[in-house]
Amino acid sequence: MAEAAIELIGINKSFGAVHANRDIHLEIPRGTIHGIVGENGAGKSTLMSILYGFYQADSGEIRVGGKPTAIRTPNDAIAVGIGMVHQHFMLVENFTVLENIILGAEGDALLGGSIAKARAELARLEREYGLEVDPDAIIEELPVGLQQRVEILKALYRGAEILILDEPTGVLTPAEADHLFRILGQLKEQGKTVVLITHKLREIMAITDNVSVMRQGAMVATRVTKQTTVEELAELMVGRRVLLHVEKGAASPGEVKLAVRDLVVKDVRGVVMVEGVSFDVRAGEIVGIAGVAGNGQSELIEAICGTRKAVSGTVMLDGRPIDVTGTADPGELRDRGLAHVPEDRHHVGLVLAFEEAENSILGYHDDPRYLRGPFLDNDAIVADAEDKIKKYDIRPGNPHLRTANFSGGNQQKIVLAREMEQDPGVLVVGQPTRGVDVGAIEFIHKRLIAMRDQGKAVLLISVELDEIRSLADRILVMFDGRIVGERGPQATEGELGLLMAGVEHKEAAE
Amino acid sequence: MSTPFAKLPAWADYGLIPLVNLLVAFVVAGLVVLLVGENPLRAAAILFDGAFGSGQNIAYTLFYATNFIFTGLAVAVAFHAGLFNIGGEGQAYISGLGVSLVALSLDAFLPWWLTFPLAILGAAATGAAWAFVPAYLQAKRGSHIVITTIMFNFIAASAMVYLLVDVLKPAGSMAPETRTLLPGAQLPKLNWVLEALGMSVRSAPLNITFLLALIMAVVVWALVWRTRLGYEIRTFGFSPKAARYAGIGESRIIIVTMMISGALAGMMALNPIMGDQHRMALDFVAGAGFVGIAVALMGRSHPAGIVPAAILFGMLYQGGAELAFEMPNISRDMIVIIQGLVILFAGALENMFRPTIQTIFASLSPRSVGLPAARGEGA
Repeated sequence: MAEAAIELIGINKSFGAVHANRDIHLEIPRGTIHGIVGENGAGKSTLMSILYGFYQADSGEIRVGGKPTAIRTPNDAIAVGIGMVHQHFMLVENFTVLENIILGAEGDALLGGSIAKARAELARLEREYGLEVDPDAIIEELPVGLQQRVEILKALYRGAEILILDEPTGVLTPAEADHLFRILGQLKEQGKTVVLITHKLREIMAITDNVSVMRQGAMVATRVTKQTTVEELAELMVGRRVLLHVEKGAASPGEVKLAVRDLVVKDVRGVVMVEGVSFDVRAGEIVGIAGVAGNGQSELIEAICGTRKAVSGTVMLDGRPIDVTGTADPGELRDRGLAHVPEDRHHVGLVLAFEEAENSILGYHDDPRYLRGPFLDNDAIVADAEDKIKKYDIRPGNPHLRTANFSGGNQQKIVLAREMEQDPGVLVVGQPTRGVDVGAIEFIHKRLIAMRDQGKAVLLISVELDEIRSLADRILVMFDGRIVGERGPQATEGELGLLMAGVEHKEAAE
Repeated sequence: MSTPFAKLPAWADYGLIPLVNLLVAFVVAGLVVLLVGENPLRAAAILFDGAFGSGQNIAYTLFYATNFIFTGLAVAVAFHAGLFNIGGEGQAYISGLGVSLVALSLDAFLPWWLTFPLAILGAAATGAAWAFVPAYLQAKRGSHIVITTIMFNFIAASAMVYLLVDVLKPAGSMAPETRTLLPGAQLPKLNWVLEALGMSVRSAPLNITFLLALIMAVVVWALVWRTRLGYEIRTFGFSPKAARYAGIGESRIIIVTMMISGALAGMMALNPIMGDQHRMALDFVAGAGFVGIAVALMGRSHPAGIVPAAILFGMLYQGGAELAFEMPNISRDMIVIIQGLVILFAGALENMFRPTIQTIFASLSPRSVGLPAARGEGA
């Protein structure tokens, strides 16, 4: 075995009563790709933040290249050759690629010299690792995959020998993800060490050499990737056996519940994001909309659910129009039986500062069940919340706890419980399992299928192809604001991936 | 871990942190007193004695506090909707018009207990109307409420100067103020309460408006935490996107909240006009609208914090006046510096000691910070 690039010895870190990392031992051999998996809140991010100098461990030792090293700030980490690519890019959007790369390493007061140096260095990195990107392009004009490449270049430019990537594929198309993996492979060949944090077990299986599993702050296992299976890893993560694919019977679609015709929607900047989209959703079926994030799916469901004004087009709910270009109001749509689980539960679906019970009536706070005159009927609200907590197994089961203190999966259950328990005719769900751990994903998927089997119309938007493929009865693929193809649930990932990347555009539009 | 620091128990959040901030403010103020060559401990004693040393002084302190409760509540209500109403000063000032028009036209015919409710309505209506314009501009035109409410302070000040000098001033008078109100618009004093407690009050302006202020504190609490409207206001304040999603109309919340805020600020005008001077004089608000911002910050926008914070600032006003009188080296401006320090530490630097206190709490008693179940139960 090669010598260790990084050794973590007995790392402990507590935030108050929360023991986020307990006695972590980890050895990452030089020149390997090492995966770290675990549910949300398992302590992966805390561990990596300690390694990158955002936090200080309470106890324990970090050795880089065999030497005990104190990493107190990200600058210390960079100095010993650790680079990090964050899940949310840390780029200045209106700077060029070059400007972003030298940011924080500008050198002189005049930029001329360092820019020339950076340009030469960039050309070298490009040759060695196949990291092609136009150094003079403005960041915000680049696709997400290229922006990520800039993040990687930034780390390499600072001399990173050890590269940490935090959930790098969440925003990429399958093709972009493949390209990223090829780049990581090249980095490995050049002797760099890569640490990959992800919750996608398939990626772990595809490219890592070793994989470590975290659960509840502890490192529960490290395996050689070739000698393990997805099932074993999932079980290690959750601590029990997990069904990775939900069973479901055939759909029996009924009448059209939601009909969208020629919908055009612009975003805040006035850019057309949805360009004449038409489709139907019938009772008793799940229609999935697949696509890389940012191809208009968000704007599409926002327009349907009344939180964003459409430019033109019509939407019919149960044969009656929704005034999507005018006064459509989410409250009124709820009354008409359209429930909406928004993509962004932190800022839209929930008020994190509220108590759980307060969130369990958000949007339904006009319902006379929860009111006594102008006053909120607290007893009724809490009783109702407790009922949902039981039904949806929301933990901890305390309706007075601040919502921010729930885990991602439980927060999502709060939203789902609220929307599903209103017994809507149409359910629009955006990213139902984003940032949700494996155990809760299984639960949420079962619930969505149960809704379908009760004869509800379900419109599902997700960037997780696996999720779309296992849930949807019909799959629509969105690219660049248009629906570029419809496929059945048997469509292969490759086929959908090409559609999502805009290849076969003409053929698919037919 | 996105939230490494846990929530504090309410008593520490609303009690301990303001107290620590206050202590630091007084220590720094003490250094300033030392700098001008006076004994800070003696200065503190005079200040405290001047505010609470006798029934008379207490009555004055509470009289000032009455003003600050109204303006503090006004700022707090707007805060809950995420709006910074910096125009309490102007809303209170212009509401003097609502109060005095009611008082001047009815004081000859009605007893005070009939004039008072009408004057309350007059004050609230004028304040709400004055706040409506910036609210409407924010809701429909996107003009920032901080800018417009500041502008409206100036408009209110100029309008009131014009009205007092050219319209409301009785003929032949040299002073820019209305005529003196008749007993039908003079509010009863509360000094007898203090006297009943065995303290002596010679003459102090503390009046029944203080009780109105306390009632409004309860009303604001119920409004914000117990009504549907309050729920909508808080939702909008925490997350406008969530409010949009929940079908809560943005314009409606901005306008309604600002009008409630303006009405509360407007009620402040009752205290000096009908309770103390029995006439409306130039600049009767005297900065109470701005002090309300500090009071709301220090009271964490909760009525249970605002009332004590208002009394604290009442103490600084009343005790500060005594201090300036007793120690010639400490001028009126020095008092303003001390008040400024309190605002700085209790308001602007409100979060300076919070992380430390949170860490101490978390390590002392994990259960008290509401975290017992946060670990290990993620589904």
